[in-house]
Amino acid sequence: MVPLSYYLVLSGILFTCGVVGFLIKRNIITIFMSIELMLNGVNLSFVAFAAHWHALAGQVFVFFVMVVAAAEATVGLAIIIAVYRTRETLNVDQVDLLKL
Amino acid sequence: MNVHLILFLAFAAVAVAGAVNLLAQTHPINSALSLIAVMAALAGEYLLLGAEFVAALQVIVYAGAVMVLFVFVIMLLNAGVEERTQGSRVAILFGIPGAVLGSVLVAWVVLRHSGTGEVPAGALPGVPATIGPLLFHEFLLPFEITSILILIAIMGAVVLASTPPSAPVPPREEN
Repeated sequence: MVPLSYYLVLSGILFTCGVVGFLIKRNIITIFMSIELMLNGVNLSFVAFAAHWHALAGQVFVFFVMVVAAAEATVGLAIIIAVYRTRETLNVDQVDLLKL
Repeated sequence: MNVHLILFLAFAAVAVAGAVNLLAQTHPINSALSLIAVMAALAGEYLLLGAEFVAALQVIVYAGAVMVLFVFVIMLLNAGVEERTQGSRVAILFGIPGAVLGSVLVAWVVLRHSGTGEVPAGALPGVPATIGPLLFHEFLLPFEITSILILIAIMGAVVLASTPPSAPVPPREEN
């Protein structure tokens, strides 16, 4: 028997690591991987709550989150390739055309 | 200390170590490999919770397909070690203490207020035989919408990543 709160704490730690990676990383691919880490943290709390409340719909929602994450990864990586092709860099500090 | 708790802590340790390693590494390929470790450990956690279908999807879709795509793009673009800039140093200086503070706060609140809810091993068996009817009756509309989403994502990826048309762009009109 593992308390539900342990799962939630693990999920929170993974989500926080994702947020930190999103903020401190400067490589656009690593930033993208941090987003995936956040999605994984959320998925864990979905499954833990599904087990706690005996609601199978939580696991179906994880399925949907995975589908959306896969679609997001596809389009995002295509955008990264397009950015690299036009700017010749992966550093987000150098992609600042919209900055004042 | 029972076997379930030991397994949970082992998988959690792998997941957290992978997540921290993802932040610590400067080369994207090392970060990608740590993310694969995190996802494999999370698949173990799902198995502990009884969500077998989700665990299989986690390995096949996430650790398999999505991460192969990431590694492929890293190799394709020949991504090197990331450069530290002034902005990233400031972000590290303020971000890491803030993040540690935030996660400690969240952990404290969760541990204090979540009561004594305990989850036994394999609490809710999520096998395909029970998930399938739910997916194709109750969640039929979202399921169909995701198929449209995937179609749009495929077309968007092809349009975005394809080489620009070889036909010359018509010159801009003088005004």
